Amino acid sequence: MQDRGRLGVVLVAPALAAVLVLFVYPLGYSLATAFEAKGGGFTFGNFAKAFEFYSVDIGFTLVIIGLSTLLIALASIAIGGYLTLGENPRAVALLRWLYRWPLFIPFVVAAQCMRSFLAKNGLMNNTFVALGILEVDQTTGFLDWRGIVITFVWKQTPFVALLAAGAMASLDRSTIEAARNLGASRLRILFEILVPQIMPTLVVGLILSFVTMMSVLSVPLMISGESPTMMTVDMAFRINNYGDYGTANALGFISYLLTAACAWVYLKRQVRQ
Amino acid sequence: MIWLGRGIVLGLLAFIILGPLANLVLWAAAEQWYFPHKLPVSYGTKFWEQVFKPRGDALASLMTSIWIALSTVAACLALAIPAGYALARLKLPWRTAILLAFLLPQAFPSVAVYINVARIFYDLKLNGTMFGVILVHTVHGLVFAVWITAAAFAAVDRDLELAARNLGASGLRSFLTVSLPLAAPGIMASAIFVFLESLDEFTGTFFVGVPDVITLPLLMFTASIAGNYQIAAITALVLLIPSVAFMLFIERFLKADVLSKIGA
Repeated sequence: MQDRGRLGVVLVAPALAAVLVLFVYPLGYSLATAFEAKGGGFTFGNFAKAFEFYSVDIGFTLVIIGLSTLLIALASIAIGGYLTLGENPRAVALLRWLYRWPLFIPFVVAAQCMRSFLAKNGLMNNTFVALGILEVDQTTGFLDWRGIVITFVWKQTPFVALLAAGAMASLDRSTIEAARNLGASRLRILFEILVPQIMPTLVVGLILSFVTMMSVLSVPLMISGESPTMMTVDMAFRINNYGDYGTANALGFISYLLTAACAWVYLKRQVRQ
Repeated sequence: MIWLGRGIVLGLLAFIILGPLANLVLWAAAEQWYFPHKLPVSYGTKFWEQVFKPRGDALASLMTSIWIALSTVAACLALAIPAGYALARLKLPWRTAILLAFLLPQAFPSVAVYINVARIFYDLKLNGTMFGVILVHTVHGLVFAVWITAAAFAAVDRDLELAARNLGASGLRSFLTVSLPLAAPGIMASAIFVFLESLDEFTGTFFVGVPDVITLPLLMFTASIAGNYQIAAITALVLLIPSVAFMLFIERFLKADVLSKIGA
C-alpha cells in the first residue's frame, strides 16, 4: 500500500508542478510587486497611486460586476424556473433550445457581436426604428458601461442557468406537486420551494461567473475602453504604456481582495448552514 | 391572452440572444454597409477572399491558433492522464487539496497574474514565442483536463480492472488495455474542452504572445479596433463554429455517469 501511495504522488507531481511554477509563483510575484517601491523596499505607494488615479474605475468595476451578477441571478432563476414549472411543452422545449446559445461563445466574439449590435446604428436600434418604436434621431448607442453589463449578462447567464436548471430538475417533484395541489401559484413555488433548495448551486455558479468577469480584458476593451472603465483595462494600460508594474499589481491585488471578499461571504454562509 | 404574452416574451428573448449573432453574420456577409441603411447595401465574398487568401494574415493566424491549441491539448493530456488516474484510483494524501489546486488558475482574476507571467517569461526569453503561449494555455486548461479525466477514470467499472489483474495482467497492462480505452470518451471530452479554451484564449496571449504570436482572437481584436468590421466578423465566425458545434454535441461526449463524478 505504501508503494501505491508513492506511485500516486509521482503521477500527480508533474501536473501539480506545472500549476505551482506557472501560476502560483507568478501570483506570489504579483503580490510582492504590489508592495515594492521602484528601487526596491517596502511601500504602500503603489496603492496610493492606484487609488489616486483609478478609484473611479475601481468603483465602476464593482458596480458593473455587481449589477451583472444580480441580473444573471434573476435571469437564471427565471429560466430554470420556467424549464422546471412551465406547463406548455413546446414553449419549454423552445426555451431549452434557445437559452444555451452563448454558453461556449468566446468573450472576444461576444464583444464583437455586441460592438455591432448595440452601436447607435446597430441592428438593435435599426430593428426598433423599423418597428416604429423609436425615431432615427432618438436612438442612442449602448457602447459604454451599460454595454459591458449587457455583454456579461448575455454571455454568463447560460452557464449559471444551466447549473440552476440542472439543480432544480434533480429536486424531489412531490413537494412541488403537493404545493401545487394546495393551490400555491407557480411564482410562489419558485421562490419559496425551488430557489431556497438550489441556493448552494446558484451561489457557486455566481461566484465562478464573478471571478470570470473580473478576469475578462477583451469585453471592456472592445465595448468601452475609455474612462471610466474597468480595472482590467487600467492594468493593461499601466503595463503597455508605462511599464508600471507597481501600480498594475496594486490594482491586481485589489481585484484579488474583491474576489476573496466575495468567496468569504459564500464560505461564511456555508459554515452557518 | 396567455398565448400572446408567452409569444412576446419568447420572441423578445430570441431577439436578445440571437440578435447579436445575426448582426455578426450580416457583417460577415456584407460588402458595403453604412448609415442610414438598416441592412447591408451590398453583399459579397470580397472580404472572405481577403481573409482566406493564401499566405494572408488570417490564414497564418488560424494555423498558429490550431498549432497552439493542439500542442496545448497534447501537453494537458500528458499531464492529466497520469494525474487523473491517480486521483481516481490511487491512495493520495491531501486528495481534495490537490483537486482544488488545479482550480486555482480559474479562481483568481487572471490579468495581474498574466502580467507577471509575461515579466518572468521576458527574462527567460519565452515572451513572443509559441512555447510560452502554449505553457500559459496549458495551465489554464489543466483544471478541465484533470477534473474530467479523473471523473472518466472513476466511472470505469473497477471489477473489469480487477478481472484483468486476476487473469495475470500487470498494472500497466490493465491500465493500457482496460482503463484507458473505457475512459476514452471522457478523455476525448476533456481534450475538446482544452482545445476550445486554447483556441478562444485572449488575455494570456495578449500579454505573453506579443508581438510575434498572433492568434485568431488577437487578429479579430485588432481588426475590430481598427474598424474593419467585415474582417472581424469573418474571423469571429471562424471562432464561433467549433464553440457552437460543441454546445450542440457536448452530451454525446460527456455522459451523465462521468458528469456526476466531476470534482468528486
